[in-house]
Amino acid sequence: MRNTIIKTLLLCSTVIGTTTIANAEDVTLTIESWRNDDLSIWQDKIIPAFEAENPGIKVKFTPSAPAEYNAVLNSKLEAGSAGDLITCRPFDASLSLYDKGQLASLADLEGMKNFSDVAKSAWITDDGKNPFCVPMASVIHGFIYNADAFAELGIEVPTTEAEFFAALDKIKEDGSYLPMAMGTNDQWEAATMGYNNIGPNYWKGEEGRIALIRGEQKLTDEAWVAPYRQLAKWKDYLGDGFEAQTYPDSQNLFTLGRAAIYPAGSWEISGFNAQADFKMGAFFPPVQNAGDDCYISDHTDIGLGMNAATKNPEAAKTFLNWVGTSEFASLYANALPGFFPLSDAPVTLEDPLAQEFISWRGKCSSSIRSTYQILSRGTPNLENETWNASVAAIKGTETPEEAGARLQEGLASWYKPQMK
Amino acid sequence: MANGIPKKKTRWHILVFLLPAVLVYTTIMILPLFGTLQLSLFSNVDNERIFVGLENFRTLFGDPRWSESFWNALKNNTWFFIVHMAVQNPIGIMLAALLSSPKLRMSAFYRTSIFIPTILSFVIIGFGWKLILSPIWGIAPSLLDAVGLKSLFAPWLGKEEYALTTLSLISVWQYVGIPMMLIYAALLNIPDEVLEAAECDGITGMSQFWKIKLPLILPSIGIISILTFVANFNAFDLIYAAQGALAGPNFSTDILGTFLYRTFFGFQLQLGDPHMGSTIASAMFAIILIGVCIYLFLIQTRMRRYQF
Repeated sequence: MRNTIIKTLLLCSTVIGTTTIANAEDVTLTIESWRNDDLSIWQDKIIPAFEAENPGIKVKFTPSAPAEYNAVLNSKLEAGSAGDLITCRPFDASLSLYDKGQLASLADLEGMKNFSDVAKSAWITDDGKNPFCVPMASVIHGFIYNADAFAELGIEVPTTEAEFFAALDKIKEDGSYLPMAMGTNDQWEAATMGYNNIGPNYWKGEEGRIALIRGEQKLTDEAWVAPYRQLAKWKDYLGDGFEAQTYPDSQNLFTLGRAAIYPAGSWEISGFNAQADFKMGAFFPPVQNAGDDCYISDHTDIGLGMNAATKNPEAAKTFLNWVGTSEFASLYANALPGFFPLSDAPVTLEDPLAQEFISWRGKCSSSIRSTYQILSRGTPNLENETWNASVAAIKGTETPEEAGARLQEGLASWYKPQMK
Repeated sequence: MANGIPKKKTRWHILVFLLPAVLVYTTIMILPLFGTLQLSLFSNVDNERIFVGLENFRTLFGDPRWSESFWNALKNNTWFFIVHMAVQNPIGIMLAALLSSPKLRMSAFYRTSIFIPTILSFVIIGFGWKLILSPIWGIAPSLLDAVGLKSLFAPWLGKEEYALTTLSLISVWQYVGIPMMLIYAALLNIPDEVLEAAECDGITGMSQFWKIKLPLILPSIGIISILTFVANFNAFDLIYAAQGALAGPNFSTDILGTFLYRTFFGFQLQLGDPHMGSTIASAMFAIILIGVCIYLFLIQTRMRRYQF
C-alpha cells in the first residue's frame, strides 16, 4: 500500500518533469550530467555537429548541480526517469551503478577500441572485462604561474624542488606578490592540488599507486610520507589567514595578479583565461633532483555511459561511438580547454596554456590520483582522510609521519591487501 | 437513557476538519519517520537489503571510528546548544525587556531590524559572514585595524579551536529575533494592574524585572529553551553553507546534521549509505525525544502558572 502511494507520487512528479512531445520518427536521447557550466557548449557546438551527421536522432543535454548530481542521478535511476545517456563520475560511484544493473556493459562497443587501458581504468569492472562508460576527458595537475611576475623578478621556471623553493623564497623576499595562492578552508585543494599534484614524483606514478593497491607499499613508506613533508614547507609561502581562505578566494588572488604561483588543475584554464589580464604559464611538479624522471597526475574525470533501461539502445550506442571519434575529441577539447581527450586519436589544441599542459604527456609518465581506484571504498574513506591529512600537514597540526600512520591504520582497518 | 443524560451525537465535523491535516502530516512526517526507523534495521549486502536488527547501532556505538565521529558530532552539537542557551536567550530576553520599556522611542524600528536576519536565507547568512570574516577581502580585519586591535584578528572560521564557537555566534546573531519576539509578546501580556500593584509596594526598575516580570515570563523561557534544543540538534544548514559537508577544519564543526548528511548521501568518493544514515537519524530522533520528554515531564509540570 505504502509503496503504491509512493510510486504514484513519484510517477506524478516524473510525468510532470519529463513530458516531452516526441516526434513520431525522431528518437530523442537525453544526457544526464553535472557539467552545467558546459550547457552552452553542448547546445551550440557538440549536439548540432552530431545531429548533422545522424539525422533522426535528437539529443538533449540536461545537467544538474555538481554537488547534487550523484544523489539526483541515483533517485532518477531508481524511479526509472533517468536519461538515456549518463555522464559517469570516475571509479566507484559509476561502478556501483553498473553493479546494480543501471549502466549497460559496453564491452562490444566499437568506439571503445580508441582508448588505452589507463583511460578505461576509471570505468571498468575490477576484472577488467566490462567497460561501462566511454572515457571523455581527463584533467592534468601542475602549477600555473604569473609569467609577468616571473619576468619582473627574474625567476626561471623551476624544474627541481630546490629551484622551486628558491623561487618561492625570492618572491617572498621581494614582497610584491604572494608566493603561492592556496587556502585550507575547503580542504580538497590541499589534497587534490597539493598531495596528489606533487605526490606522483615521489611514489613514481602508476608504479607506486598499483603497489599500494596490491598491498606491496604502505602509506607509512617514505614515498607516501614525503609529499606531506613538502606540503608542510608550503605553509610559509601561503597568505595571511590561509586557514580560512576558500577555493574561490585563491582563484581570485591569482587572477587579480596578487599571487605568483597557483597549484592548479587544468580545468582552471578557461576561467583563468577569461579573468586574468597578465601572461600565464604552467610547469609540471618539480622533481626531487635534476634529471629525475617526472610523473604527472593525468586524472580520468568524465565518462559517458548508457542507461541499461534506455528505450533507444541503438541510438545511444551511435552517440557513444561518436564520442570515441577524433571529431568529438577535438570539438570537446577545444571548446573546453583544460579537459583533455583520452582517446588515442591525435588532437590539435589551440589554447597555449592547454597545449603546455598536454605537452607534459610526452615528457612525463601519467598517473591518476592515488586514492580514487578501489582504495576509497570503505570506511574510513581514504580520499576524505587524505584531505584532512593534507590540511593538517600544511597547518603543522600533525607531523607527516603521524599523518601517514593514521591513514595507514584507517586503510588497513578494512582493506584486506593492506591488513598484513 | 435511564439516567436521563441524552446520548451524545457523534460529532462528525471534528473528524472531517481534522482529516486533511492528519493526512498531510502522516504522509510527509509520520510515514517517513517510521520509514527511517525501519531503514536503520536493515543493511545492504551485495545489493540486497537484509534485516540485521540492531547491528547498525552496534557499529555506530561500538566501532571505534564510527563512535569517535558520532561522539565528536554530539559533543560539538552540545557546545552549539550551550552557546545558544548562554548567549542567544539571555540577549533575547534583554532586548525584549528594553523594547517593552514604554520610554523607548523607535522601538518598532529596532524590533524589525533585529528580526530581519531571522527571515534571511541561511545561504546568504553563511556566505555573508564568510566574506565579512575573510582574512583576504573581509571587513572584519580592517575594522579591527581601524581601532588598533588588528592583533586580535584570526582566521576564525579556519581555526579548529574557534570555528565552532564562531559559527554558533553567527547562528545566535541570526536567530536572536525569535526569543526576543516571544518574550516581548509575553511581557506585553503582563497586566498593568500587577505592575501598578508592584509599584505601590515600592518595587520598581530592575527589581521589578527580577521579582515580577521574570517569574511571569518563565513559561515562555521554557518554551524557548525547548525550541532552541530541538532546532540546534536538528541544525545543519548554516554549517553546510559555511564549511561544507566535511565540516572543517578537521571536523571541528561537525554536528549531528552534517554527520548524517555525509553518511546518508555520501560525499566526494564516499558512497551514500542510507542504512547507517538512518541509524544516525534514529539516534538523533532519540536524543531529541529524550530532551523533550525531560522538559515535558520534569520541568513543565512543575512550572507554576499565574492566573490574572
